[in-house]
Amino acid sequence: MIPDYLAEFFGNKFIGYLIAAALPLFLWILPYALYAVYAERKVSAFMQDRIGPNRVGPKGLFQTIADILKLIQKEDIVPASADKPLFVMAPYVIFAGTFAAFAALPFSSIYIGSNINLGVFYIMAVSSFSVVGILMAGWAGNNKYSLYGAMRSVAQIVSYEVPALLAIVSAVMVIGSLNLNEISEMQTAYFWNWWIFGGPVVGIKKFLLIIPMTIAFIIFFIASLAEVNRTPFDIPEAESELVAGFHTEYTGMKFAMFFLAEYGNMFVVSAISVSIFFGGWQSPFGYLGNSLGISWLIPVEQVFWFLFKGSLLVLVQMWLRWTLPRLRVDQLMTVCWKYLTPYAFINLVLIGIITLF
Amino acid sequence: MTLEQITFIILALIGLTSALMLIIQKNPVYSVLLLILHFFALAGFYLLLNAQFIAVLQILVYAGAIMVLFVFVIMLLNLSNEEALKDPFNLRKIIASIFGVVLILQFGVFFFIKAKDDLNVTISPNSIEAGSIKKISEVLFSTYLIPFEVTSFILLVGIIAAIVLAKRKFE
Amino acid sequence: MLTEFGKVLIFIFLAIIFVALAFIVNRLIRPARPTREKVLTYECGENPIGSPWIKFNVRFYVVALIFLLFDVEITLLIPWALVYKEYGVYGFIVGFLFLFILMLGMLYEWRKGDLDWVKPEVKPKDLKTVMEEFEKEYGKI
Repeated sequence: MIPDYLAEFFGNKFIGYLIAAALPLFLWILPYALYAVYAERKVSAFMQDRIGPNRVGPKGLFQTIADILKLIQKEDIVPASADKPLFVMAPYVIFAGTFAAFAALPFSSIYIGSNINLGVFYIMAVSSFSVVGILMAGWAGNNKYSLYGAMRSVAQIVSYEVPALLAIVSAVMVIGSLNLNEISEMQTAYFWNWWIFGGPVVGIKKFLLIIPMTIAFIIFFIASLAEVNRTPFDIPEAESELVAGFHTEYTGMKFAMFFLAEYGNMFVVSAISVSIFFGGWQSPFGYLGNSLGISWLIPVEQVFWFLFKGSLLVLVQMWLRWTLPRLRVDQLMTVCWKYLTPYAFINLVLIGIITLF
Repeated sequence: MTLEQITFIILALIGLTSALMLIIQKNPVYSVLLLILHFFALAGFYLLLNAQFIAVLQILVYAGAIMVLFVFVIMLLNLSNEEALKDPFNLRKIIASIFGVVLILQFGVFFFIKAKDDLNVTISPNSIEAGSIKKISEVLFSTYLIPFEVTSFILLVGIIAAIVLAKRKFE
Repeated sequence: MLTEFGKVLIFIFLAIIFVALAFIVNRLIRPARPTREKVLTYECGENPIGSPWIKFNVRFYVVALIFLLFDVEITLLIPWALVYKEYGVYGFIVGFLFLFILMLGMLYEWRKGDLDWVKPEVKPKDLKTVMEEFEKEYGKI
């Protein structure tokens, strides 16, 4: 494991783990967020038959870098009527919540920030950090739209946590572990050992599991879209009614932090789906390092597959954003409580019966 | 001092300060946020005792769900100005302070007379095992099976009561 | 001793340092010239009128209550999901009873209409009624 190696290398556990924690932040979250924003704009442009950003650098590749350079120079405006301490604290809380979730993500067999046994359950718990942050931001802005956006956002996140957790519980019934690293390890070798295809179970059970596991994934994916406030569940920041939702009053670097946290959260939920249903860091067709006999290539490949699969799901989220219209509040609640939750319940019982025999 | 003791003192300071501020605070939204800070400090205590599952549960249920509930109640009752919270009826305060003094005395008796010698509890080495989720599930299915099933009834009663009360109170 | 949760604390610590550093860099190079107009609440571009404190719909409260109960339920189900296989049919029935009782609660809510959010009540008129009203007002076209 890289964190333990670093701790030994520096002779101090704290420094070693701190540097290990900095790896996903600087090597993945920042570059990913930059290019996810760019990808989002390009995807939307492609879907609406536009060109999208194309001025800064070749094909506009440096557009978001220019944007972040601009944001860092922007004046930081705190409205006079805002609640200053909460207003300043909100970006810290939101980003800390997002980044704490990265601690339990297995990037490869040799890198996981913190190998806790509670894995997914822990990630769902720290997502309540973002709820607190959203409420703080919405309330501190002292603005009708922020407050309303925050309330909607919170109601939506908590409602959809129920089907998301139920889908995870039903998957956990088959898997028998909550630790994402262990779950990834189980889905070894080829892609038919992914849990969405029944996992490394043998016999007729495997084929029976395919449909319930797919349903569990779909329920989790829809619920996770709502958890990160993406279209079709973006009424919390519906541009046409609420200006920008809970972060309307934020400018400059503080606004950039909300943006970073949003894109970070998109990756976290995708990474959970990938780890549970799509094999985590396992390669779908065996490792090049194995066939070439180069052992150090395997972890590199694992990191690649994990990030690739995660980014692919993020791309699906973007695709959905520009394809589907926004749901109304009553439809939102209906989808959650009358469709997803009962289906998740039935699916859970179904999976329970299948795994039993 | 060991690392554990330092962590304990820091957590105790956070927990006590946030609890105290929570009562003194006039702004209800600040009170709720301080309450969450207090819950996080409690979760830290559970972690120190190696009760990982309980700690995560504490964050998920209390800092997540209970907090949302409180915020919605504040928004619903519109307690923006502290004037609405002022209680002109002073008998209530007197009764409350009597109960408070009795409670403090009780704690004092418990900690300084009764449990004086039991305070230096050392964490047994197999407590890491005992706090893990697998162990909890095993205990839940053998010793505490009936309480587990009864919990679902309590939750059912809770759901029905919540709906009936919400309807009667606000509609 | 640094437990696994200690590492999580390091992650949170790093997140706070990162945000703080970003803000410090921002403070060093940004201008700071607040004017009266700038520090006014932005809201939607117009000058804000009235307090943002509006009374929220009671539904928000009901949703939070229902969520709280389901949350507790699911957290209790997680230990069950991990080990029920070892107990076979007996283990499954224990969890199923638990689930079943809560499903009853959910059905109750459904029947009582607490899962419905307020729907917009004004329905757009169809073309025929619009035409009829128009003709009543202004005569035949």
